Amino acid sequence: MSISQEDVEKVALLARLSIAQTDLPEVTERFGRVLQLVNELNTIDTEGVAPMSNPHDMVQRLRPDVVTGSDEREALMSCAPAQDQGYFLVPKVID
Amino acid sequence: MIDSALLNASVSELHQLLTTRQVSSAELTKGYLERIDLLNGKLNAVVTVCAEQAIEDASRADERRTRGEGNILTGIPLLHKDIFCTQGVTTTCGSRMLEHFVPAYDATVVARLKAAGVVMLGKCNMDEFAMGSSNETSFFGAVKNPWDTNCVPGGSSGGSAAALAAGMAPLVTGTDTGGSIRQPASLCGVTGLKPTYGRVSRLGIIAFASSLDQAGPMARSAADCAHMLTAISGLDTGDSTSADRAVPDFFSELTGDISGLRIGMPREYFNDDLDSEVRAQVMSALTELEKAGAQLVDIDLPHSHYAIATYYVLAPAEASANLARYDGVRFGYRCADPADLEDLYFRSRSEGFGEEVQRRILVGTYALSAGFYDAYFNKAQQVRRVISDDFRSAFQSVDIIAGPSAPGVAFPFGAKQQDPVAMYMEDIYTLAVNLAGLPGLSTPAGLVNGMPVGLQLIGKPFDESTILNAAHRLQLDTDWHRARPAIEDHVA
Amino acid sequence: MTWEVVMGLEVHLQLATRSKIFSGSSTQFGASPNVQADAVDLGMPGMLPVLNEEAVRFAVKFGLGIGARIGKRSIFDRKNYFYPDLPKGYQISQFFDPIVCEGVFEVPSSDGSLLPIRITRAHLEEDAGKSVHDIFSQESGIDLNRAGTPLLEIVTEPDFRNADQAVAYLKALHSLVTYLGISDGNMAEGSMRCDINISLREKGSETLGTRAEIKNVNSFRFVERAIYREVERQADILDSGGTITQETRLYDAERDETRSMRSKEVANDYRYFPEPDLLPIEIDQAYIDAVRDSLPELPAAKRARLVSEYQLGEYDAALLVPDHAAAAFFEEVARLSGAAKPAANWILGDLTGALNRADLTIEASPISAEALAGLIVRIEDGTLSSKLAKQVFEGLWQAEGTTDEIIAARGLKQVSDAGELEKWVDDVISANPNQLAQYLAADETKRKKLSGFFVGQIMKASQGQANPKLLNELLIKKLNNQS
Repeated sequence: MSISQEDVEKVALLARLSIAQTDLPEVTERFGRVLQLVNELNTIDTEGVAPMSNPHDMVQRLRPDVVTGSDEREALMSCAPAQDQGYFLVPKVID
Repeated sequence: MIDSALLNASVSELHQLLTTRQVSSAELTKGYLERIDLLNGKLNAVVTVCAEQAIEDASRADERRTRGEGNILTGIPLLHKDIFCTQGVTTTCGSRMLEHFVPAYDATVVARLKAAGVVMLGKCNMDEFAMGSSNETSFFGAVKNPWDTNCVPGGSSGGSAAALAAGMAPLVTGTDTGGSIRQPASLCGVTGLKPTYGRVSRLGIIAFASSLDQAGPMARSAADCAHMLTAISGLDTGDSTSADRAVPDFFSELTGDISGLRIGMPREYFNDDLDSEVRAQVMSALTELEKAGAQLVDIDLPHSHYAIATYYVLAPAEASANLARYDGVRFGYRCADPADLEDLYFRSRSEGFGEEVQRRILVGTYALSAGFYDAYFNKAQQVRRVISDDFRSAFQSVDIIAGPSAPGVAFPFGAKQQDPVAMYMEDIYTLAVNLAGLPGLSTPAGLVNGMPVGLQLIGKPFDESTILNAAHRLQLDTDWHRARPAIEDHVA
Repeated sequence: MTWEVVMGLEVHLQLATRSKIFSGSSTQFGASPNVQADAVDLGMPGMLPVLNEEAVRFAVKFGLGIGARIGKRSIFDRKNYFYPDLPKGYQISQFFDPIVCEGVFEVPSSDGSLLPIRITRAHLEEDAGKSVHDIFSQESGIDLNRAGTPLLEIVTEPDFRNADQAVAYLKALHSLVTYLGISDGNMAEGSMRCDINISLREKGSETLGTRAEIKNVNSFRFVERAIYREVERQADILDSGGTITQETRLYDAERDETRSMRSKEVANDYRYFPEPDLLPIEIDQAYIDAVRDSLPELPAAKRARLVSEYQLGEYDAALLVPDHAAAAFFEEVARLSGAAKPAANWILGDLTGALNRADLTIEASPISAEALAGLIVRIEDGTLSSKLAKQVFEGLWQAEGTTDEIIAARGLKQVSDAGELEKWVDDVISANPNQLAQYLAADETKRKKLSGFFVGQIMKASQGQANPKLLNELLIKKLNNQS
């Protein structure tokens, strides 16, 4: 599978990354090289192999339902780029 | 001014000196801070220095020792890779995105070392979001290799490895997603251990690829790594993937006895891709181990070839989601004057992330997108199991597996920057270990053209002791790990 | 053209855990913005999720409550999309392997029959935060207190054909989850939110039409209105030869219409993949059995029992059962008074009316089950007429004391003494000669009606205390003797 500039633009849209039109050919070319590398996967038969998400076959531990959090708003919001009255601010969202 | 020999002493030696009051932690700390001050302009290995806090912490450690409290690490200075969140101390992850990010919390690793009384000198430069094998992707500039400042230190824990090699600290932390501890350790001539996945908590470590990331120690010797590993290992209920396994005192397990140890040499690791001089060095290290009683056995890891393709699907895919939180809303870089919400997203992310990070986000997004999930992501997860099974089979007949840590020695800046794939090949011997979640370490194995080579030792799950012990044996029998770059000559 | 409506529902149910699904923050409603959002909820760098055991238990309870298959190995996935109220840029959800698998939920409909609704699945996920648009002029404010609240998303097959069925399902679901104690079901606070997938097809056709999804409808009435409006809209389009666009729509209650949500129109590709920060949840049979043993009596069983044990009518039982508290209140009153039917009547009649007027739930009723039982006992033993009982009820509502105290204080005891009754009857008859004449002139059937006038007058004179049964007998006898 090779990749076109349109494909790259589509993926960039999903990832919320903007690529300048002037950079697009080079980004696509390098993307293509990585893709060529990973296309190697097509040459191995994995029929019936269970996918492996995590290295060890461990299962999920559960946490007791206890409130441990306290009001840390000031500390946690100290790095917020824009905030007012305890809210994070973003440009107006229209639904 | 502290004796520079002291700056190259091991943790055990420093502990001895601290215990007998021949030196105080405050003096040591000042000594290392001066060293950082002296060399960092040249190496760019450290991005944040916490001088005042460090001296204060050192005095507190001295008091602890005076009261007869503490442990071997109390008062030992250390540098953290800037991927570990440190409460009140800027944590950049090598990115413009987090240039001004000050966490309100400590990573578990940081907290455990703090509790042990370790003194944090500052934070080390790194490839942006740990994505790189040369430390050239850092927003804060490339780190120079102290052995040759025209060469890369490796990555992504390149700042940590360079700082350690240059004597800026006796201990540093690193993280390893595909070789980010072992490859720079190899290129800078230090010892670095990537523990078994789940051995060390990932809580508070800025995520790259969650199912592969693991933090570990980098030090001047296997023994020093063992000390740090004991302190940072163990169950953390705050990390669901942290293993509930007993943690031995790794140092006390270093008996030096490796008689009868069966060391597997994968044919796939010693093929023509490997630089012949590097191969010769690795072989001479293995010969040393053989002399000490180990048995060298040829083995096969038949699907090694697929590790790189598998890794470059899975790691970017996980990263594409892990890095979605950097959206300019709650923390991190926000573009100037966003026109609307979408503009805020696109510009904050494109301006805040560097080229390699963006490339991996794109690749990962692509691998997960509709129509490609089965061909890429799911397929890669299947191959991951196949690769993991290779190791499992191999460990039926051997105790540890050995090979090179990297295909060559440190290379000049820019040599691989134009071709991402050439750069990715730097990790061909280390990636599979992360895919299988195994412990692996790199220990110095001599020099090629004046540049360090590393021997990689890979262990069974949760059996860090055996690979540490083998490295320790090698370090008892050879002086490779004692070789130091003549960085001061460059400065002077 | 005759159209058949085909609908499936997705309900987002907030689970009533104390802490969030993946963090130790409180889930309490109504706190100041962002004070109940910790570093995990904010998606801060390096933070990791740890699963709340209660959320798992609640999901299993639900699964067992509808007789569904429990996923023995369920897996969390990341659902990737950008939105300011979604801190991590992905929602932790379950896509491939949900915790609750297929099942059938039998919904009682108004005619007493059962409507089987196939449940496709129910999965655990985290709620998002909230955007507020009316505080700041140029910006939206983001409050992440709700982010990380556990949700159970319950998905049905397209088994609904009209709004009544949909509402009946939602009411039955609401009843079930409050019985199970896994949610407060408070729709006004968003504890239960409904997405409706609606499509139309030619009657008799087997293929599904293009559907529209109406998001986040949060009351039974709005669900009904939204369906009505959307069906109308789609039918209009199809009747005029148009086609339906597959899209997400909102129900605007003020304008009573559905409208397209522009912001969600960009085709999403959620890129689901297994959440690597969490491991598979394994649920064994012993766990399932333990949860099953802990299940309370559920609405269907309770309805059947109220009918058999208390001889209630199906209708009364159906009214009492949905609200767990009302059913419990009934059983308590019935037990204490020994009179089940009057207990049901009082609860469903006067008490419900008074509570509705005061906008109170039965849990907050000023009249306790014990107090109401005390009143019923005094009706049953003849101390109170129904008329007097209403006055005592008033007194109980005003917290004037127990039934007996109110009877004493207000002097409301029913008078059954023949002498006293006779005096009232004689007085009223002699004071109303015209009515007496009319009565005497009337035939048997008319007389019955006209006697009511005298009863009313006597009740007035006795301030309601006259025992109506005895009074009636005495009055008829006296009137008939006048001729």
